[in-house]
Amino acid sequence: MDRNQSRRQVAAMKQSLFDQGLLDEQFIQLEELQDDANPNFVEEIVTLHYRDSSRLISSIEQALKERNPLDFNKLDTLMHQFKGSSSSIGAKKVKAECNLFREYCRVGNAEGCMRSFQQLKKEYAALRKKLEAYFQLARQAGPQETACRSK
Amino acid sequence: MSAVGDVFMPEVGAGKLHVLAVDDSHVDRKVIERLLKISSCKVTVVESGSRALQYLGLDGEKSSIGFDSVKVNLIMTDYSMPGMTGYELLKKIKESSVFREVPVVVMSSENILTRIDSCLEEGAEEFLLKPVKLSDVKRVTDFIMKGEGKKSVKKSHKRSRSDDCTPPSISTAFSSVSHPCDVSLPASPSTFHSKKSRLSI
Repeated sequence: MDRNQSRRQVAAMKQSLFDQGLLDEQFIQLEELQDDANPNFVEEIVTLHYRDSSRLISSIEQALKERNPLDFNKLDTLMHQFKGSSSSIGAKKVKAECNLFREYCRVGNAEGCMRSFQQLKKEYAALRKKLEAYFQLARQAGPQETACRSK
Repeated sequence: MSAVGDVFMPEVGAGKLHVLAVDDSHVDRKVIERLLKISSCKVTVVESGSRALQYLGLDGEKSSIGFDSVKVNLIMTDYSMPGMTGYELLKKIKESSVFREVPVVVMSSENILTRIDSCLEEGAEEFLLKPVKLSDVKRVTDFIMKGEGKKSVKKSHKRSRSDDCTPPSISTAFSSVSHPCDVSLPASPSTFHSKKSRLSI
């Protein structure tokens, strides 16, 4: 595949993620921090995010099992961290699900929490898959595509 | 024959602000470090308030005599952290005779007015909403760079914290030259809150 075609594909994929409401402005902000010396900064950040969020998802899952009653404070605290991490990479839809979950925590709605968490996991998995494809394509297209800053 | 680097070694970070960043999130630590490096700062990042105090020598472990305190021009801290919150860290810094003049910026993902108010009341320079942008960091660091010579002007805006009055001149990397107050606030103050914008209400 020729370079230009690759780059166009990358740009189109990125645009699609935005059009689907999966990513927000923060993702662009991160891309603008990339340069020749740090060409994979966004991917590094997102990888760190996966590590944190995997851990948090496990903790939340565990906390949801400890019912009668649910510890809404603990759940809210965990979700606050998850939301922060998601927000830092520009994960728009996931962040919205986090907010919904926290609302359910605030009103003490256990069923709402569990439903919302299932949805959140779906959104998270979907975004993760798409971002992995995006970064793979971006790497193939070459560093010029994502690096925006000049030294 | 000496290599280029051997000829003259300027003081590490001469001309650069040294910023201490505090955040329990690994992702946010990495991002703030990058933002600060791009803004030409020397950066030290720690993961908690207690580590920050340790770094500053405020954890009560070191004796005040003979301890060369670390030079920090700005502290940026997350608000919500387990253990010690950013607010508690802010208070400890403002209680310290060595570090009370160091500007502290608090960052939070939550736009809670009472939280913002208490931080500003406690002497925080600014309150930034997360995710923090490069423009926020540049604005803050530019302001600090200019402000290093304007400590006496800023002091009058602060609520007096204790009975003793520390002299305004604290040795920094910058000479204390007074400039007219020429800080311009951005058009949309919705992403940050600072003492200046509050006082202008």
